[in-house]
Amino acid sequence: MSKKINLTIDGITISVEPGSTILEAARQLNIHIPTLCYHEDLCVAGNCRVCVVEQENVKTLPASCAMPVSEGMVIHTNSMKVRLARKHIVELLLSEHNADCTKCYKNGNCELQSLASQMLTGDHMFLDLVPEKKYSIDMFNTAIIKDDSRCIRCQRCVRTCEELQSVSALGVAYKGDKMKISTFFENPLFEVVCTNCGQCVNRCPTGALIERNYIDSVWDAIYDPTKHVVVQTAPAVRIALGEALGIPPGKIVTGKMVAALKRLGFSAVLDTDFTADLTIIEEGNELLTRLKKAIVDKDPNVSLPMATSCSPGWIKFIEHTFPEFLGNLSTCKSPQQMFGALAKTYYAQKRKLDPKDIVSVSIMPCTAKKFEANRPEMRSSGYKDVDYVLTTRELGIMIKQAGLEFEELPDEHFDSIMGSSTGAAVIFGTTGGVMEAALRTVYEVVTGREIPFEGLNITPVRGTENEVREASVKIEKTLPEWSFLEGVEVKCVVANGLANAKKVMQSVKDGTANYHFIEIMACPGGCLGGGGQPIPTNRDIRSKRKAAIYEEDMGMPIRKSHDNPEVQLIYKEFLEKPLGHKSHELLHTHYSPRKRY
Amino acid sequence: MSDTMLKRVDLIFGEYSNIKYKVLADTLARTNEEILKDLLDSGLRGRGGAGFPTAMKWKFTAEAPGKEKFVVCNADEGEPGTFKDKEILTRVPRKVFSGMAICGKVIGAKKGYLYLRGEYRFLLPELLKELDIYHDYAKELGHDFTIEIRLGSGAYICGEESALFESMEGFRGEPRNKPPYPTTSGFMSKPTVINNVETFVNVMMIMRFGPDQYKKLGTTDSRGSKVFSVSGDTPIPGIYELELGMPLDRFVDEFGDGDTKAVQVGGASGFCVPRKKFKDTVIGFEGVPTGGSMMLFNSSRSMYNVLHNYLEFFEEESCGQCTPCRVGCQQLRKGIEAVKKGDKKAGYLDQLMKLSESMKITAKCGLGQSVANSFSSIVNNFKEEMIY
Repeated sequence: MSKKINLTIDGITISVEPGSTILEAARQLNIHIPTLCYHEDLCVAGNCRVCVVEQENVKTLPASCAMPVSEGMVIHTNSMKVRLARKHIVELLLSEHNADCTKCYKNGNCELQSLASQMLTGDHMFLDLVPEKKYSIDMFNTAIIKDDSRCIRCQRCVRTCEELQSVSALGVAYKGDKMKISTFFENPLFEVVCTNCGQCVNRCPTGALIERNYIDSVWDAIYDPTKHVVVQTAPAVRIALGEALGIPPGKIVTGKMVAALKRLGFSAVLDTDFTADLTIIEEGNELLTRLKKAIVDKDPNVSLPMATSCSPGWIKFIEHTFPEFLGNLSTCKSPQQMFGALAKTYYAQKRKLDPKDIVSVSIMPCTAKKFEANRPEMRSSGYKDVDYVLTTRELGIMIKQAGLEFEELPDEHFDSIMGSSTGAAVIFGTTGGVMEAALRTVYEVVTGREIPFEGLNITPVRGTENEVREASVKIEKTLPEWSFLEGVEVKCVVANGLANAKKVMQSVKDGTANYHFIEIMACPGGCLGGGGQPIPTNRDIRSKRKAAIYEEDMGMPIRKSHDNPEVQLIYKEFLEKPLGHKSHELLHTHYSPRKRY
Repeated sequence: MSDTMLKRVDLIFGEYSNIKYKVLADTLARTNEEILKDLLDSGLRGRGGAGFPTAMKWKFTAEAPGKEKFVVCNADEGEPGTFKDKEILTRVPRKVFSGMAICGKVIGAKKGYLYLRGEYRFLLPELLKELDIYHDYAKELGHDFTIEIRLGSGAYICGEESALFESMEGFRGEPRNKPPYPTTSGFMSKPTVINNVETFVNVMMIMRFGPDQYKKLGTTDSRGSKVFSVSGDTPIPGIYELELGMPLDRFVDEFGDGDTKAVQVGGASGFCVPRKKFKDTVIGFEGVPTGGSMMLFNSSRSMYNVLHNYLEFFEEESCGQCTPCRVGCQQLRKGIEAVKKGDKKAGYLDQLMKLSESMKITAKCGLGQSVANSFSSIVNNFKEEMIY
């Protein structure tokens, strides 16, 4: 073990691991040093300079986020010198910033605003630079709006896009006073490689990158007496929504969320989990079909490995980056879009509604889902399958607007039909979850027995952050019709974050990996760390959300998708069989290549 | 100009030795310890402006763990009013390459790079010719050290060492956080010595004449000679190699036009010295250091315009990544405009002075930190010109 480093911060001595920064050491002492460009998930930039501290016998003020501790260091975090310097820095940022806070979507949830208020900035110290800046707003995207006038150039978004996602849609352009965060040739976001994952939105400290919100459109629909407004909620929303409403991370709020949605006035509160289960049936059968083609028919054209297709950020990523592998995607639509297609067909029939009167809303942990809902591929009901997509954050705003005391709401149950769920569906919200849910079903279909893991917890496929997780499941003692799979080791790989997705696909491309089934979720940690989730999202919060998801899974009476009674019912009443004609029409699709530039 | 009080030196531009690459050959035969000891004895400090002791920089890099190490020659001469590296590379490139090769031996590097200012592209053909000769001799001497020339693209910030590495690595030229310093993590995150063009030539001269001879020039804190780029209101602009530690009044006596009201020492990022302080100002590390730029201004010049010009320069040449530098430069420029126009009261200059002090202590790199040098020295000494 390496020797600890001793230093003094604000008169308190502390020993920390070598390599720690002053900021980390101060946090251990519960001394809060303000930061803006710093983010736990990202590499240290040290460019906003708000976190400067005074170091004795050093002329300059080091940025505490970037300065490693050294033996005998004496640090002051709140000296007069530091206070003035920080105030200057915040004032400088404000002078370049369109500080019209009441017109800003992030009003009340802005890191610059709260720093300014903490520092009592009052009358601005410096000249307003905004009028002479030619700031532009990119509002041409269905998912994300980029407003340069709110940008403080901390580059969190740039680092997110490059480090976590390997997308690099956002970068720095120009220098000096003209330096800005921009895209390839300053094209609008919808014309570049942006996947709409929203990880930048989740990390933007101000209102420079925000989701396009559809809150008012949804209120309009709710209060339109001619409309029947159905709402579906994604698995990862129920374990994070509380955070947007003052509840600590890691609390499951499914019942309260349902109650709130009913109080908001939705006609039916249904569950994306239902179509998550349906996805497993379709996708599981698709995998088995492809395996059969490969093993029995020796079809050289079969596209293996098969990759999941639930994550719309991942879909756009593969369209741009690995278009030659589009055929390897499962043809299943995402649960959101399956739900949308069924809401305006199956559900409409059952409820005797005219689909044109149905408004289909989804609550997602995701910004890419907004883009997905607007895809031309997603109109198989004859209408726009999903009309509006709201993020977890937007739902939080609606609940506040409605004046509901969220914590005091009673727990309520989803409506039926299309409201029943299983544990398998819930874990769609975390990395490895789709894989685990699929294996629970596929194994049982093939062998007639439950997958032999304690409590159905297939821990080897439970992904962890920043890791590509490989696992294999050996199939033994199959039912007679699946005998071709006897002894086959199904090789799986699970990756979260597009940087890891890229690694997986590159290994497939290079022929160095030999997988059957690939699960990709575009966001770190899976949907629970989605771009539409409450801010902040960081490693610690994601791990709490993850624990909550598995807790929710364990608490569900049904844990396997194929046991979902409503799923069984829909095959009986409507779809007939997995991969059947109706399924293909409504639940499956194909995507097309996009260019990298 | 022969009967001058200032001591002219002919070290840097002195003639090559009779036998090609003789000093290099002799030096390569010596031990690293001997070379470092001579450098330490000579008191040589970096000629880029910051004045870090060269022997220490080399020693740290030599001792840094890691097999692969690099030598980088910073020829991104961008400081306004500096044009001496161009002259050195034109007239005595062999000395530069030899200095780099010696450094390669001392620190254990096999590869050296010369990062040439984009605007100096026209020097490239001649430099490459000389480089071919160097490589032939290095081969002959059995010295495994090659040199490659890389071109900058015109950004001032890329003269900052860590931004220069970023640029060489193919990234946007933005300064890095320090630590780690180049001695442990420089180009490609490997231990790297990065020195100014002139520093390498000085090394070469110390090897040729020995530290004792070298030490006879200059003062205790500023050993040796320095190549100055003299410009502005002077009848004799040009490149001059002079002894370090000279008093500024004697410099003005010789180079001024009789009406000199201020000298900007060290370019836009340096200090402005007004006439009343010429007598007490020493040019050197103990007084006002300079990377070589000496700009003289006579009474016809508006110091407001001078400062405004510098600030515009910084505003544009800041990389834009850190707040104090990016926004601070804009505020200083707009601020003095506002005071001049009367939109802000004269007292606003005090506010701006405080801001420049904050920039000095909070900016991420030397660029933002040094804006305050010219700003405060001009505003303090020529306040009336700022207001009226």
